[in-house]
Amino acid sequence: MTVLLFGVTRDIVGSGSLEIPASEAKGLKTVEDLKTHLKKGYPGLKDLSSLAIAVNQSYASEGDPIQDTDEIALIPPVSGG
Amino acid sequence: MNLNRYDRQIRLTGFGTRGQELLGNARILVVGAGGLGVPVCQYLNAMGVGTLGIVDGDSIEESNLHRQPAYGPSDNGQAKISVLGRKLKEQNPGTNIELHQTFLEPSNAMALLENYDLVVDATDRIPTRYLLDDACVIRRIPWIYGALHGFEGQLSVFNYQGGPTYRCLFPQIPKPGEIPDCNQLGTLGVLPGVIGSLQALEAVKVICGLGEILSGKLLLFNALDHQSRQVCFQKDISQEIRKIRDDSHYSAGLCDTGGGIPMVDYLKLNEAGKSHLLVDVREPEEFNAYHLPHAVNFPLMELEKNLTEMDKSAEVYLICHSGSRSAQAYRKLEGKLQSASLKWIQGGVRDLQAETS
Repeated sequence: MTVLLFGVTRDIVGSGSLEIPASEAKGLKTVEDLKTHLKKGYPGLKDLSSLAIAVNQSYASEGDPIQDTDEIALIPPVSGG
Repeated sequence: MNLNRYDRQIRLTGFGTRGQELLGNARILVVGAGGLGVPVCQYLNAMGVGTLGIVDGDSIEESNLHRQPAYGPSDNGQAKISVLGRKLKEQNPGTNIELHQTFLEPSNAMALLENYDLVVDATDRIPTRYLLDDACVIRRIPWIYGALHGFEGQLSVFNYQGGPTYRCLFPQIPKPGEIPDCNQLGTLGVLPGVIGSLQALEAVKVICGLGEILSGKLLLFNALDHQSRQVCFQKDISQEIRKIRDDSHYSAGLCDTGGGIPMVDYLKLNEAGKSHLLVDVREPEEFNAYHLPHAVNFPLMELEKNLTEMDKSAEVYLICHSGSRSAQAYRKLEGKLQSASLKWIQGGVRDLQAETS
C-alpha cells in the first residue's frame, strides 16, 4: 500500500510517501485502521484534528474499506498565502 | 472597452469578444494583497476585469518583498492596499478598483462580499478561509481557493453552482498551531506566483464559462517534481450553513481560547505599568523588523531553552504576528513554568502595525 503525504504530514513523516508492506497492510481494513496504524509509527500525526484522506484520488471517510493495492493520500489543510 | 488592449486575448479561439465582455462586466473580490493576492490582482487587472475589489488590512514589510513583486523597499510600512491600488490603476486605468482597507472579519464579511460575483482567496490564515467559505455559501457566490505549504500548493473552486465547499473537504477547523504558516515554514518567492496565477486562471474560466472548472476537485501541486494530483470530493450536506457564526468560532484561538487575553486588555495593563515579561515568539528577522520596545525575542522553537529566564518574572505574556504562534507557545509552555503565570495575546503585532500605519 502506498501512502502519499502532503503539507504538514510530509514534514511529520519526513518523506513524501510511505510504502506499507503487504504483510502489515493485510490487517488494515478501513481508512480508520490505517490512520491508527500511522499514528502509532508517527505520533506527530495525532495532533492533526483536520485531515482529509483520499483513496485512489477520491475523498474517503473513516469507515471506507481499503486494499493493499490502494494509493492513499493524507491531505491536511495548508495555511500559507 | 479598449479593444486594442485586449486584441491578443480576443483573437484567442474560445475566448473572443464574448469572453472579453463577460470579463468586463465581472465584479471580483480578492481577499488578501500578499503573496497570492499580488499576482491574482495583477493578472485579473491586466486582462480586463470590470471591477476588482481588494480586501487587506496589512502593511508592507521588508520580508514580504521576495514574494510580492508589486512592492519595493520604498513601500515599507505603507498599507498594501494603497500601494497595490495605485499600481493597478497605472497598469489598467479602465478597471474600477475598489479598495477595502480592513481584514476580513465575521462582522464585515457579509457586507464586503455584497455586489461581487466571485471571490478569490488570497489569505494566509485557515480560520479566515472558513469564514470566507461560510460567507460565500450564504451569498451564493463561488470562490477560488489557493494555499501554500513549503514547496506545495493547493487549489480548488468552491461553491461553484452550489457545488462542494471548503467545509466539505475539511469539516473540522484545525486547532491553533496545528498547521504551520509561511512565517514559520518560509516560502520560495515564485511559488505564490504560480498558485496565484492558477487562481486567476480559474477565476477567468468561471466568469467566462471556459473549460472544466476545478469544482469538486482539489489540485495538489508540488513545485519540486512538477507532480500535480487531483483528488475528487463530494458535497457534504451536513456541512450546510445559513448564517455566519460567532467570532470565537473563527478566531485564532478557535474553541480553545484558554489562557488568551485580547490585545486591548494587554495594552491597558501594560500602560498601567504592571510588571511583566513580554515574550515575542516570532523569528528573529520578524522581530528585528518590528516589535514592541519592551519585548524580548524567544522564537517558538527555542522557548524551552528560556524557561529560567521567563520564571524570573511573575507574569509572562506571549505575542506573535497574528495570535496563532502565541497560542501554540502557550500550549507548549503550559505547566512548565515554576512560578510565572502565563497568558497569550489574541491578535498580534500585525494589529498594532495596522493601527499605527
